Amino acid sequence: MTGSHPVLTMTGITKTFPGVRALHNVDFRLFPGEVHALMGENGAGKSTLIKVLTGVYDTDEGIITLAGEQVFLTGPMQAAAAGVSTVYQEVNLCTNLSVAENIFIGREPRRLGLIRWGEMRRRARDLLARLGLDIDVTAQLGTYSLAVQQMVAIARAIDVRARVLILDEPTSSLDAGEVAQLFRIMRQLRDERVAILFVTHFLDQVYGIADRITVLRNGSLVGEYRTAELPQLTLVEKMIGKELDVLERLDEQQKRNIAAPSDSTPLVEAAELGRKGGVTPFSLRIHAGEVVGLAGLLGSGRTEVARLLFGADRADHGQVRVDGGKASLRTPIQAIDRGIGFSPENRRAEGIVPELSVRENMILAMQAARGWLRPIPRRRQDELVEKYVKALRIRPANPDLPVRHLSGGNQQKVLLARWLITEPRLLILDEPTRGIDIGAKAEIQKLVVELSDGGMAVLFISAELEEVLRLSHRVAVMRDRTMVAQLDNDTTLDADRVMQTIASGTHREEVNRSTPSPSASAR
Amino acid sequence: MSSTSLTTGRTWRPHLPRRHVPVLATLVLLLVTYGIGVSQYRAFSNIQVVFNVFIDNGFLLVVAVGMTFVILTGGIDLSVGSVVAMTAMVSAALLQDGLPPALVLVIALLIGPALGFLMGCAIHVFDIQPFIVTLAGMFFARGICTFISDASIPITDGFWTTMSQARIGNPAGNFVSISVLVAFAVVLVAAYVLAYTRFGRNVYAIGGNAQSALLMGLPVGRTRIAVYTVSGLCSAVGGILLSFYTLSGAPLIAVGMELDVIAAVVIGGAVLTGGSGYVFGTVLGVLVLGVIQTLITFDGSLNSWWTKIVIGGLLFAFILLQRLIGIRFT
Amino acid sequence: MIAVNTVYRPGFLSIEVNDGHLYGTPIDILRLSAPLILVALGMTLVIATGGIDLSVGSLCAISGAIACLHISTATDRNSPSTVLTALALAFGAALVLGAWNGLLVAVIGIQPIIATLILMVAGRGLAQLITEGQIITINSAPYRAIGLGHFLTLPLAIFIALAAALLVAAFTRRTALGLIVESVGGNAEASRLAGIRSGRVVFLVYVLSAACAAVAGFMITANVSSADGNAAGLWIELDAILAVVIGGTSLAGGRFSLGGTVLGALIIQTLTTTVYAMNISPQTSLLFKAVVVIAVCLIQSPAFRAKFRRRRSDRTPGPAAPQRKKEQVPA
Repeated sequence: MTGSHPVLTMTGITKTFPGVRALHNVDFRLFPGEVHALMGENGAGKSTLIKVLTGVYDTDEGIITLAGEQVFLTGPMQAAAAGVSTVYQEVNLCTNLSVAENIFIGREPRRLGLIRWGEMRRRARDLLARLGLDIDVTAQLGTYSLAVQQMVAIARAIDVRARVLILDEPTSSLDAGEVAQLFRIMRQLRDERVAILFVTHFLDQVYGIADRITVLRNGSLVGEYRTAELPQLTLVEKMIGKELDVLERLDEQQKRNIAAPSDSTPLVEAAELGRKGGVTPFSLRIHAGEVVGLAGLLGSGRTEVARLLFGADRADHGQVRVDGGKASLRTPIQAIDRGIGFSPENRRAEGIVPELSVRENMILAMQAARGWLRPIPRRRQDELVEKYVKALRIRPANPDLPVRHLSGGNQQKVLLARWLITEPRLLILDEPTRGIDIGAKAEIQKLVVELSDGGMAVLFISAELEEVLRLSHRVAVMRDRTMVAQLDNDTTLDADRVMQTIASGTHREEVNRSTPSPSASAR
Repeated sequence: MSSTSLTTGRTWRPHLPRRHVPVLATLVLLLVTYGIGVSQYRAFSNIQVVFNVFIDNGFLLVVAVGMTFVILTGGIDLSVGSVVAMTAMVSAALLQDGLPPALVLVIALLIGPALGFLMGCAIHVFDIQPFIVTLAGMFFARGICTFISDASIPITDGFWTTMSQARIGNPAGNFVSISVLVAFAVVLVAAYVLAYTRFGRNVYAIGGNAQSALLMGLPVGRTRIAVYTVSGLCSAVGGILLSFYTLSGAPLIAVGMELDVIAAVVIGGAVLTGGSGYVFGTVLGVLVLGVIQTLITFDGSLNSWWTKIVIGGLLFAFILLQRLIGIRFT
Repeated sequence: MIAVNTVYRPGFLSIEVNDGHLYGTPIDILRLSAPLILVALGMTLVIATGGIDLSVGSLCAISGAIACLHISTATDRNSPSTVLTALALAFGAALVLGAWNGLLVAVIGIQPIIATLILMVAGRGLAQLITEGQIITINSAPYRAIGLGHFLTLPLAIFIALAAALLVAAFTRRTALGLIVESVGGNAEASRLAGIRSGRVVFLVYVLSAACAAVAGFMITANVSSADGNAAGLWIELDAILAVVIGGTSLAGGRFSLGGTVLGALIIQTLTTTVYAMNISPQTSLLFKAVVVIAVCLIQSPAFRAKFRRRRSDRTPGPAAPQRKKEQVPA
């Protein structure tokens, strides 16, 4: 299956961004006629590696060879000329152009500098026929579904006689039938000795098609494995990493199995809540004073669950009850009115307003709820801000500093303060501890415990299982955009079992459809 | 077999491609306005009325073609009116100084593109909004006009007067001016470039999705700079045609022309966010404006300001139309 | 900027002749910049939300035209009630047109630059329609006072502009409007997730901008005691945008500075007056404006700053484009 010589090698690749080492001494190889999965959690360096390979980024150190010769890739066009083609997760085509043009733009067949449209259409039809696609190549790309657009992107990629085809999460917007179609094409290309680099968050797909797997974690290479020799559980362990921080180990490891009274009316109850293209319908109850952890790999649908509950995205299936009564949570404002707060995963894009001061960021949600005509008196602002700067130990403790000058951890605390000021009944925290230093992390964890002791419900989302287990009364496990299990955090539950659930899962149709049985463990 | 499941992703629609809707709407609009004219005024049916619309708006058409390139990339060029005036002004001043007409022509045709090139560089290299950069360009070019002279400079050069007075006509006495021919040539070249060259297709691609265009390996920066240069060139040609038309260079001529030009392009069906539109549509847009103007002139009771109100109304209607089509898109 | 200003100033030293009132170039500058200040104040808020309002010039013309038309048809042109009715009528019309802009941007979701372009084009026509293409000359002392009157030895216009500035400042900073505007302009998605109803705020800001433009329109027409639908407030939108940008408010939205805007407007007026005083055609001041716009934008451009820093560390300072631009100026 794998040829004798790799078509692509990357050796000692190091790439540093200001303040962040995205890749550290990473090696990678790709053989002709194989499908090679690149795995890793968010921030592991997958996309950086791909961008290096496609010439979008240049490297600080390291050597890339193609077919045995060293190459210096300076841009997508040049990479394509060298035989490296890429299909991105977001279909990066121009929907205003025709299908044929999207395949050929930049290298249209020409005569005397003029584009030969007939020739182009004919070649486009041939190419798509090879992929089993019979569509009108003169129609605008935007009139076709995302799946077709994805296929067109692949057609564009393979037309350049690509030796290396990079598929960066091509399946995230496809349904099962479309994925099968894609896999058929991938196998066909593999048989034509194209080397395929495949990035996905769906473990089933990795085991369905990949010959080998390379795992990255925190910008470093964990290892390269044959798929057949790497059990799913081991793969997940390698992606997540198991080492505990010293500080976290010092923290008491006490279990929080004092389960909240599950017979009382749940504070928030989602019944078959779902959104097409987001997350398959799920049911979840959250009681006052309860911390529900949401575990799963990145892209498994954790964030989508949170956004549905907050009304950031609109559900197209199921309903939500708050205090037992039916509630419409179609916009964030409605959710906030119901006492729900949401600290999003992407702090910079969706959380903070970078130019505004710490104080202004903190009072924003409360002010929004009051409306602009009723400003919060300055004295009250100062009280609130002082209280939370102190309570959360925000550094520097200068409330008039623009929040962009703060470190990630402190920005996160500002966001927490923004919601705590509104005194929510349910606080949804999406990755509140990602990318922040250990001290701040421990503080935020402690705060979550205190808040729930005080009667607040918390939906806690994190990729770190230890963290989820330490804080949660109950853990809901996400896999492939489906809630596959809800586990009571009792003495029997440990990271291994959660990991096992993430790794093996159960087929979405079976578990998910069942009503939330708190101890539905995985196979 | 499974490909059938994929092709069903394409929704049902009549055969008319959506991107052609605005252009066809413009065509209908043009026919309707012309029809109104013919039905109301006997003289309107004279073919010379149509020719006059071209004669009066030849320079506008050329400038609008340049603007079409810019708008197709999702940009905007506010400097066109000033560049038109600057070109006319520079030509007039140089001719007054006794330079040979050929040389004047070359110089005048170089200044516009040079300014356009610089603006394109500022937009691309420094990532400043086109609106602001071309606003500066507009100030700059207008400033140059008055810097040259506060007063209008007449042109007496033989070549210019010949070009101004030349009439190409048929035996029936109908005629067009040289400007119209130049404008037609520009339109044809532009339409050809947009449809049949890589540069033209890159313009559409950038307007559709600049990020994608970059990842598809298209020369985004080069194309963007080129587009503003093209617009500068078209404005320069427009300026020359205007100086043929008026036989002078005036510092305050073509003030506010950029609005007419933008309106013509939008009424011609181009989407201001880029990626959709045709030179042919722009021609129709200019004609619509021209016919409305003629109509209002024919009608003694309507005053010139109605032109602006009608243009504003049409702008609104077409933007709303685009918006409605756009909503159906997603 | 102030340095630039002081370089120009010695040319026409601040003469302060007393004639019952204060006169002199600095006073003139203040008086003449009053309309620009007003328009720029409204524009500041619009730009802070990440939008732009191109229609303000047309709105000036419309409001001025309505006011003058009403006064000119009234029997008693000097009665304060006539003038007040005229102002109220014109002001109301401007609010409606501002609401139209707000509707297009906030509700229908049309790009601000395009949405306000409609009224920029059509508004000129409306203004001329109101004046019927004529220049309506009026003889009304109370109305004239808006532009030329004096109060406490200083021109009344200065006080109006000052009052408007204070009012807008109070309106934005005493309520939470300023914070919410900055939040929407700074990060629209984060604002949405924090529960801000941005549509309402955006709508309001366009109405406010129209209101400011209306008052500016009164001043412009009162200054010359006539309403010219074609020329009143012509290109004031560009000067206002420029004033806002010079004042340090980013065109991308977010933080805004009303004080900066006022200063920016004063700088522009000083520039215009200086050029005028130096006996150069007023249009030539456009050359300077072009240079100022480019310079300010370059300074604000992160891409430029990054490149500049890199070049400077390399060897030769100064990127190519601005230098070339500046070299053209004396040509």
